[in-house]
Amino acid sequence: MIPPQEIGPPKSSSQSPRSPSGAPFLSISVTDPVKLGNGVQAYISYRVITKTNLPEFQGPEKIVIRRYSDFVWLHDKLADKYKGIFIPPLPEKSAVEKFRFSAEFIEMRRQALDIFVNRIASHPELKQSEDLKTFLEEDEEAMERIRSFETGIFKKPADLLQMFKDVQTKVTDVVLGKEKPVEETDPEYEKLKHYIFGLEDHLTETQKQAVRLVKRHRELGQSLSEFGKAIKLLGACEGDSLGKVFAELGSKSELLSIKLQKEAHNLLMNFEEPLKDYVRCVQSIKDSFSHRANAFRLHCELTETTKLKEINLEKLNLMRSDKTREAEIEYRELKAESEEATRRFETIIKRMNEEIVRFQEQKTAEMGLAFHLFAKGQAKLANDIADAWRSVLTKIEAYSLSSGHD
Amino acid sequence: MRGRNATPAIPDPTIPPRSRARPRDRRCILASATLILSSSPPEGHGGNAAMMGSEVAFGFDSPPETEEMESLALSDAPPTVSSLPAAISASSDGDLFISPPSALHFPLSSTASGDGGDPAPSTASSFLDPPSYADIVFSPFDSQNGDDDNGADNGSMLRRDSSPRSTRAARSDYLKISVSDPNKEQETVNSLVPGGGTYFTYLITSQMRFGSAANGDGESEPVEFSVRRRFRDVVTLADRLAEGYRGFCIPPRPDKSVVESQVMQKNEFVEQRRSALEKYLWRLAEHPVIGMSDELRVFLQAKGKLPLPTTTDVASRMLDGAVRLPKQLFGEGAAAQVAPQEVVQPAKGGRDLLRIFKELKQAVTIEWGGVKPLLVEEDKEFLAKKEKMQDLELQLSTASQQAEALVNAQQDVGETMGEMGLAFIKLAKFETDQGIYNSQRIRATDTKNVATAAVKASRLYRELNAQTVKHLDTLHEYLGLMLAVNNAFSERASALLTVQTLMSDLTTLNIRIDKLEAASSKIFGGDRSRLRKVEELRETIKVTEDAKSCAIREYERIKENNRNELDRLDQERKDDFLSMLKGFVINQVGYSEKVANVWATVAEETSSYARGNS
Repeated sequence: MIPPQEIGPPKSSSQSPRSPSGAPFLSISVTDPVKLGNGVQAYISYRVITKTNLPEFQGPEKIVIRRYSDFVWLHDKLADKYKGIFIPPLPEKSAVEKFRFSAEFIEMRRQALDIFVNRIASHPELKQSEDLKTFLEEDEEAMERIRSFETGIFKKPADLLQMFKDVQTKVTDVVLGKEKPVEETDPEYEKLKHYIFGLEDHLTETQKQAVRLVKRHRELGQSLSEFGKAIKLLGACEGDSLGKVFAELGSKSELLSIKLQKEAHNLLMNFEEPLKDYVRCVQSIKDSFSHRANAFRLHCELTETTKLKEINLEKLNLMRSDKTREAEIEYRELKAESEEATRRFETIIKRMNEEIVRFQEQKTAEMGLAFHLFAKGQAKLANDIADAWRSVLTKIEAYSLSSGHD
Repeated sequence: MRGRNATPAIPDPTIPPRSRARPRDRRCILASATLILSSSPPEGHGGNAAMMGSEVAFGFDSPPETEEMESLALSDAPPTVSSLPAAISASSDGDLFISPPSALHFPLSSTASGDGGDPAPSTASSFLDPPSYADIVFSPFDSQNGDDDNGADNGSMLRRDSSPRSTRAARSDYLKISVSDPNKEQETVNSLVPGGGTYFTYLITSQMRFGSAANGDGESEPVEFSVRRRFRDVVTLADRLAEGYRGFCIPPRPDKSVVESQVMQKNEFVEQRRSALEKYLWRLAEHPVIGMSDELRVFLQAKGKLPLPTTTDVASRMLDGAVRLPKQLFGEGAAAQVAPQEVVQPAKGGRDLLRIFKELKQAVTIEWGGVKPLLVEEDKEFLAKKEKMQDLELQLSTASQQAEALVNAQQDVGETMGEMGLAFIKLAKFETDQGIYNSQRIRATDTKNVATAAVKASRLYRELNAQTVKHLDTLHEYLGLMLAVNNAFSERASALLTVQTLMSDLTTLNIRIDKLEAASSKIFGGDRSRLRKVEELRETIKVTEDAKSCAIREYERIKENNRNELDRLDQERKDDFLSMLKGFVINQVGYSEKVANVWATVAEETSSYARGNS
């Protein structure tokens, strides 16, 4: 997340590209979730505020209203156009109706969407996409039109084409007697795949435990509260100054209960969420794997078919057939297609290699922060607990002195 | 009956009050466990959650991955940490009150860095005044018996450090009581229950404070007694005490728990019972009056069969009673009267069916008939006290429940923290094994640090919990004691009922005499048969008057016992509660400080991530 840096005069209608006022920046925030609509069709809308000094954008600041499906549109567009790049993941669609509008869920989603859009804005390639500009600048009606067109009953043209091609390759496979899909045999790539799948398993486990830890904090908070109440009542039986000690202990117990609930929330937002995000990122990488596999297959098929066509052309040339010209045109077309497919495949490889380095670095930084906040939170909680009980101890000691105990 | 008129024990001035041992003097109690300890005081370590075997069923188990977690090589921490836990998990589960084995060389003040192992400055050290409790908590419990170091007494009760308890124990006639070595034995007489016929006996060893014998070295040592008893003997002891010490708050004996003995694993059940017996005997020994009783002494010291009258079963009592009843109904002389010596026992559970019926009738008459009895419980103070006790019982019950819930929740946090730590350890290992990029290595290191901290924190939570259980157990104990209080009250009520019944009897008898005399006076020269009847009745009245005096004396005595016991209980309860609260709080403070240190270190190590912007 890049925090906004207000460099230079806040108000300038058009900035020159070589503005002396500062480095180029693009910072976005997703804020102010608001519930709109009624009943089943109710949804949450977010304010997306863009602050930038880049010339490609309409102005230094732009505010639009977006909903979750708009983000989905952006994600899918990018995934389609930038194969090989690990597209920043989206938060999940809510499975359970009940929690769709809970404050916690909304806040988690808002945070995740904010991170999503800022990651795009800081990615060297993705940030230049037209779709991002559309997302950040189009007014709501235009956005809705664009979105519905793409995600409505009409499948994206790209999708149709891809499906067609998939069928084509499958048929070719059968015809050519190849039942098994062709796969890369690059050992380093194998290693990477193995790593990613293993990583997903480990991360899922830690995330699961983190969720449980949040729950435990809440439960402990609950029982501290109940305990505090019971102790107070017991103290009332004892009466006089000993009763006061009980009352103090009970109050502190209730106080700590609140602190525990707070820490539980903190854990959820700053520790468990980053872990979940990590898992999502890994799953996005897996998407890239399947794009790469498809691209590879296509490249192989087309290379294969091109070769066959070439051989055929040779034959026809020798025979001086009148089909030669036709065949030549077909051959040239096919060759272009094959080269395009190969190019695409190689782009994916190149992108992935760059992305994996970026991914590792990003994750180290993000997890490092998450660990830091986690440790800080736990330390603070423990200190708060110690402080609270220490104050009770003072009272106990005062009581002991006054009543001649010890 | 001995002991009845004894006043509560006055502390013998020649015995110095046992002072609370300073942590410095504490010696490691678990010498039997093989511990590799370095000179720096160890940080976190594993301790088994103490299983409260007896009436206290807090019901949490040792966390599942104990073995795995504790055999982790936490390489970045001082070597002490990794070597401790394996030894502890291997050590005895039977030692209930053994303090965590780090109780070595602890400076009392925190200004000397108590946690030498911490690389980072502890955030708690800002609290130089008042001192950090992180060090004290590791040795909260003291052994009262200096010679119990070898831990060979598997079941030996280690007294709690709380001075009220140890002060009271110090006044007891008994120096040591331990219950051990359960043995299965066969019933010599054929039991009616098929497949039955086996029972367990327990070896009970005790030493008295006085009465020593010279040993070979010419020194005098306290005499040690060893007897074997079975649970039935304990029941007998409890019953005899109940009879002899009416009005006292007699510590309740362990349950017969027939169901549990079938349901639980044999070993667990026997262990539970053993520890419950030990606790019970100690409580008896600590009681200022009962601790000096012959019944207890005989139980602990008389070899062979327990020389106390056994509890006869109810059936035979009823049988005897049924035989007596007709004689009573037909007014056969002595059998019809309530013997004065019998009134000192409650009617219920006795053989005198007629008396049972009469007192029952009396109770009903008072309750429903609206007839004001001739003697009532007028002591307002007592009535207020009784109400207070009922209220206390209620609150104690709630508090005890919530304490249990709290302990469970604390346990859960600790467990989950540990499991999460393990998952992170595995992740770190995975990244290290598969790592290609430097960023991965860095991340793996960070992950490992967090994981290690989580596992440490988890251990600390578990230890905290083990101590918390011991402190909050006081609530549960006093809840059990409420039973004793209720018994004391019901003895009083029962004695009162006896008096009331006798007074009502007297009234009836006097009325009969008046009627007879009136009728007889109308006949000239007197009515010889009627006058004879009157004479008989006067005899009966005399005996009944005696019985009434006895009963009143008994009632007054019980009232006095009630009063003294309630006062004693109040004082003890205040002391014990204060000590409980104090111990609980000190515990929480100490462990929280330790946990805070653990996390502060990690926060420091990862602080660079916060300064940059992700």
